[in-house]
Amino acid sequence: MSDTFKVNIDGQELEVPKSHTLMQACEEAGAEIPRFCYHERLSVAGNCRMCLVEWEGAPKPIASCAQLVGDLRPNRDGSAPVIRTKGAYVEKARNGVMEFLLINHPLDCPICDQGGECDLQDQAVAYGRSTSRYDENKRAVEDKYMGPLVKTIMTRCIQCTRCVRFAAEVAGVEEIGMISRGESAEITTYLEKSLTSELSGNVIDLCPVGALTSKPYAFNARPWELRETSSVDVMDAMGAAIRIDAKGDAVMRILPETNEEINEEWLSDKSRFVWDGLARQRLDRPYVRRNGKLVPVSWAEALEATKSALSVGADQIGVVAGDLIEVEQAKAALDLFRSLGVKNTDCRPAGAQYGADGVRERYILNPTLMGVEDADALLLVGTNPRVEAAVWNARIRKAWLWGDLKVAIIGEAADLTYPYEHLGVSPDALNTDAARAFLKNAKKPMIVVGEAAACRADGAAILAAAHNLALESGAIADGWAGFGMLHTAAGRVGALDAGFVPADGGKATAEILGGGLKTFVLLGADEVDLSALGAATVVYVGSHGDAGATRADIVLPSAAYSEMSATFVNTEGRVQMTNRAVQPKGEAREGWAIFRALSALVGKPLPYDTADALRAVLRGKEGENTPFSGRGYAPGAKGVAALKAGPAAASGSLGNEPFKRTIADFYLTNPIARASRTMAECSALATSLDTAMAAE
Amino acid sequence: MLQDKDRIFTNLYGLHSPGLEAAKKRGAWHLTKEMLDQGPDWLCDQIKASGLRGRGGAGFPTGLKWTFMPKEVRDRPHYLVVNADESEPGTCKDREIMRHDPHLLIEGCMVASRAMRAHKCYVYIRGEYIAERHALEAAVKEAYEAKLIGQNNVNGWDFDLYVHHGAGAYICGEETALLESLEGKKGQPRLKPPFPANAGLYGCPTTVNNVESIAVVPTILRRGAQWFAGFGRPNNSGTKLFCISGHVNKPCNVEEEMSITFRDLIETHCGGIRGGWENLKAVIPGGSSVPMVPAEQIMDAYMDFDTLRDLKSGLGTAAIIVMDKQTDLIKAIARLAYFYKHESCGQCTPCREGTGWMWRVMERMVKGEATHDEIDTLLDVTKQVEGHTICALGDAAAWPIQGLIRHFRPEIEERINRYRLPRAMVQGATVAAE
Repeated sequence: MSDTFKVNIDGQELEVPKSHTLMQACEEAGAEIPRFCYHERLSVAGNCRMCLVEWEGAPKPIASCAQLVGDLRPNRDGSAPVIRTKGAYVEKARNGVMEFLLINHPLDCPICDQGGECDLQDQAVAYGRSTSRYDENKRAVEDKYMGPLVKTIMTRCIQCTRCVRFAAEVAGVEEIGMISRGESAEITTYLEKSLTSELSGNVIDLCPVGALTSKPYAFNARPWELRETSSVDVMDAMGAAIRIDAKGDAVMRILPETNEEINEEWLSDKSRFVWDGLARQRLDRPYVRRNGKLVPVSWAEALEATKSALSVGADQIGVVAGDLIEVEQAKAALDLFRSLGVKNTDCRPAGAQYGADGVRERYILNPTLMGVEDADALLLVGTNPRVEAAVWNARIRKAWLWGDLKVAIIGEAADLTYPYEHLGVSPDALNTDAARAFLKNAKKPMIVVGEAAACRADGAAILAAAHNLALESGAIADGWAGFGMLHTAAGRVGALDAGFVPADGGKATAEILGGGLKTFVLLGADEVDLSALGAATVVYVGSHGDAGATRADIVLPSAAYSEMSATFVNTEGRVQMTNRAVQPKGEAREGWAIFRALSALVGKPLPYDTADALRAVLRGKEGENTPFSGRGYAPGAKGVAALKAGPAAASGSLGNEPFKRTIADFYLTNPIARASRTMAECSALATSLDTAMAAE
Repeated sequence: MLQDKDRIFTNLYGLHSPGLEAAKKRGAWHLTKEMLDQGPDWLCDQIKASGLRGRGGAGFPTGLKWTFMPKEVRDRPHYLVVNADESEPGTCKDREIMRHDPHLLIEGCMVASRAMRAHKCYVYIRGEYIAERHALEAAVKEAYEAKLIGQNNVNGWDFDLYVHHGAGAYICGEETALLESLEGKKGQPRLKPPFPANAGLYGCPTTVNNVESIAVVPTILRRGAQWFAGFGRPNNSGTKLFCISGHVNKPCNVEEEMSITFRDLIETHCGGIRGGWENLKAVIPGGSSVPMVPAEQIMDAYMDFDTLRDLKSGLGTAAIIVMDKQTDLIKAIARLAYFYKHESCGQCTPCREGTGWMWRVMERMVKGEATHDEIDTLLDVTKQVEGHTICALGDAAAWPIQGLIRHFRPEIEERINRYRLPRAMVQGATVAAE
């Protein structure tokens, strides 16, 4: 039996795979099929009835989204079944459905946040009547509480159930549903509680009408007023594709863009709603501490002060880079400090034990984010992807739900929204028969080590053991590099690629911050313990007034990720660039430019005057292969050769102390998120939910 | 007219005990093992030959439906599901079977399960049928105790029967909504294809049959397909339970031959029309879902699938609702419109929105508070619902109104005219006096 089937669509005969839906076939034929409930990443509901098409000979129009091409029958004479997507018959059907959708819709577009980007609005123009024949009272529905992110105006709901299916299938929390029936049917969350998902904001994008809209964005702007900039998210190490919508110099909202290899079209709540943090707690001018207080100063004064702080001798300086550092800043800072002879540089503020040897394959996610869909066994070591890479967690769930992926974890047991085998809580579980047995019969096993594992005292041993387990279980084979790290910080891999690790004989983070040095430079490093620095001078370069700026003696304001075109490398080793959506706040400057200016002042001018020139240095010479020579792709299986060489030599053995979680609070992982009111609200709510559960 | 010797449901009126011993005396469980031993192909062939058409409303040939099940049991078990969610207004035939002749149903379940190679059968009973559930459960218990069904039973075909009680939603009578409900989900119809014979209950091959369709099976096999096929006109064979309600002198349930004329049926069993045959106005011949037929067309019509289809109506469940000339037809249909609005599951757009719209317009038309062109709008709305929905509830909601407009449009117009008359002129008229 052949897997393709001939259909005649609008007089055009074409052969399509039997597994296609009729809607796909029609689109292949160039026909436009309106739809509300159908979404390509959700299961088929077939309930809006907008996609009706005519099948010649069928007694009634058929819903093209739900009709498999393979289920069509050829005509009696053997010719291809005739489908029509145009004509009076189809138009009448669509017209009727459109009318039904609108009779109980409030038509309050002028005060609706969806206005201008509303499927119902657009399709009403294309398929609706110009007047209403409905003279009765319209139905009204009470609004539901869905938490601090999703605003509901349920009278506008057309019961397409996209949000219900998203919650159940993608997010893995069955917390949205339809109650009652007929006209009284209403969409609600379970007991009107907030969604316990890190992906809840996606229902806003999915909602084809204005029933679910963004609460923080409510009444802030109209889509046609916004300037759209495609960029890259930095809230986690995935580097999701986003679109930053700005009005004037304010970021009004952040939306996901489609990148099949990273985030499909989803976005985590932190990435989506952090934008109010971009306007709060900002360092918008340089400060210098005088008489115990930070006083605003000019750039010239601040740089002069920095120059004198750096004149204490190279071995008395320690530099720590934070989680959100962009590659350009890391490179410029590193070049400057190396030229000054500083060896104490580190970009691993939590003390992770990867990256020191410069073998890239040992610290990136070689199997790639998308690779999990090919894998058939996934072992997570000391990582909770639900909070560390929420969107990737949805992809793991997808691979489990629709594919044959099985998952096992070594580490803290948590609700990951899919079942898994719990092999143990501590690293020594890596060395057990259970772990080997789990991977044994897998064709494409995948082992992913998390930040929490690498940051332990026995981190190097864990990395080595996991790497060896991968070699032993066939996770590293030709064409399949099934071993990698899942990072939590957007800037980490880029900084490692730039070589931002201690030079020979230099100190790593723990030693640097252990005290004894005279000058500390913190590049947006806020998640570190600064208590042991004593009376030393602290220079803080960053965008937000957080822990680092509070302790700092000199504050040099830099641009946030929405304000510069900068390079970030995601956990897969994929080099990507953000784009400037708005100007840096106040006098803030891009990170690399600060160090370029400083370098001139200290008499060691860096060999690049523009960001492009800097990136050219990163890319290397023509034909040279550096991590930065390509953009937008993940090396993936190219790492097999390097991985086959085995792990870095590690002393010590696997401990039996349980893994701790890396991220205590999903919503407050970085200075931008901590400045966001929305994130604070989410965090408070999530914490209270946790407490309630513990009390049960 | 059907003779007593040819009745299948010999205890329809509960004059005898529904218990096992009494049922056996009436013929139940006789030669069951021999029937089962003939195997699935023979069973399907016999039922096909008998011409039995589904008694749940659609009238699909039962034997043919059984043959849609896979020919052998592979990795997924087969299921028989009996639809006892009898909620169609006017219909009360399954109720009587379960109350008074439950053993015919249980035996039928077993035979039908053999025919589709199923070892498990679920009977989904309507939520409001409390007494019927008790009666059926008691009979199932008796059958288990007598080892007629269950594992290692005397009939040689392992067979378990589960009685499941619904929660009282009309939509759960739709076969796929019933399956959803049986699986513990919200009763909403599924998209088809896949059809239940392919992926039904828990994703396994399933056949859903009406109670009456199943309960007649053992008797057909005992007395022979030709005996059953001998009743009624071709393609409409067999005997049928008719539920006659409304304006007849003696409303009743009765088993009669298919294709009996309406006049014979009413005269013989119901004592004629209230006020005589001239007083007959219209009849809804197949439960509330089918369009009404006016008196002059129905009086001498055969009561069977094909005749009523030609009259643009249908035999449906054979629940005959008789309405005489004192009936306010518009109000009657408005009440049905309310029923469908209330029972729509809300899943798909045309039905969810359309049923409420139709009902509201009908309510105004009852009073005449409408315009003439709204009749056409209403008709257009019914056409917009019909055929555009996932299941047949949309059609069922549209047809009664279409039937009303088709046959009694002048009455609606008259009502509208009267409402629009200057007030002075209706003084003393009956409407005003109410």
